[in-house]
Amino acid sequence: MGLEFTTGRLADAVNWARKFSLFQYPFVTACCAMEYMALWGPRYDVARFGAEFPRFSPRQADMLMIVGTVSERNAPVLKRIYEQICEPKWVIAFGVCASSGGFYQNYAVTPGIDHIIPVDVYIPGCPPRPEAVLDALILLQHKIQTGEGHSQRRIRLAQQQQASGGAR
Amino acid sequence: MSQVALEKLAARFEAAVLETHGFRGDETAVVEARALREICLWLRDEPSLAFDMLCDATAVDYLTYPGRGEKPRFEVVYHLYSTQHRLRLRLKVLVPEELPEVDSLHELWPIANWLEREIWDMYGIRFRGHPELRRILLYEEFVGHPLRKDYPKEKRQPLVRRPEPEIAEVLARRGRARPILDLANPGSPPKR
Repeated sequence: MGLEFTTGRLADAVNWARKFSLFQYPFVTACCAMEYMALWGPRYDVARFGAEFPRFSPRQADMLMIVGTVSERNAPVLKRIYEQICEPKWVIAFGVCASSGGFYQNYAVTPGIDHIIPVDVYIPGCPPRPEAVLDALILLQHKIQTGEGHSQRRIRLAQQQQASGGAR
Repeated sequence: MSQVALEKLAARFEAAVLETHGFRGDETAVVEARALREICLWLRDEPSLAFDMLCDATAVDYLTYPGRGEKPRFEVVYHLYSTQHRLRLRLKVLVPEELPEVDSLHELWPIANWLEREIWDMYGIRFRGHPELRRILLYEEFVGHPLRKDYPKEKRQPLVRRPEPEIAEVLARRGRARPILDLANPGSPPKR
């Protein structure tokens, strides 16, 4: 019981550190980029949340931000980038196009990136206001702290399976 | 102003020009598909016209168009511009559904290469003599031509998808999204 208590507190501390040091990979495909840029400026200043450091290699990032429309042709690229990010990782769908395809209901556009990769937080809006993005970031931090991110759940599940497999 | 061009064209190719009309300086000629290459070559090289630029080439599918009668299903439309004389001209070619083929103009205007590939991609109209007629916007795995009016609007041809149960879960979740902002109590931790 003592051990469980210790590891539980350790996980909390690690998650606390993680939520304030998100390294973003910006997958920016469309006009939402304009609002995304505003996010970095002094008025909204995403640095306040410790997420101001974009990495242009997925191997160095842990948060994937899909900013804009993803076409069916581009979908394999997105999937590959997602797979290259190390666990644990988090995904934010920025704007309605990334969340659901938006007003593009046609042969060319994916009806939401969650048809390709799992998503932790969706931001509505066309484009979303920077305030909405910051709100989403707070929500994601909350998810990270409580271990509710899709990747964290996946890791936990794998560990449980491993543990139960070892017991048998 | 471009009416001059239209008159000259009609005088030069009397037999091949099927129909002409103009609306507020927007001059259009419907021409025989067989004579298209010859007409375009003349339009480009005739010094008094010198249509040296192909602004755009596209197509129209009149499948469900009312009052169309016996006219062929497709039209290929070319927009020409003369940078020297500031003239504009629109050429149209009727293309039947049974044999959707038109002569390629890539030798006259190099840009026609890509424009014709786009028409092939979207409408499935072939271009005789085109050096490399393959899809330009969509992927090779795509079946059919999406801007044809009989292409189903809801049809998707994805390259990658998550497993079916995961997508079903995602779609089920969409119906019951939780409000995130607690407006009555600002500054509170996000609801979950």
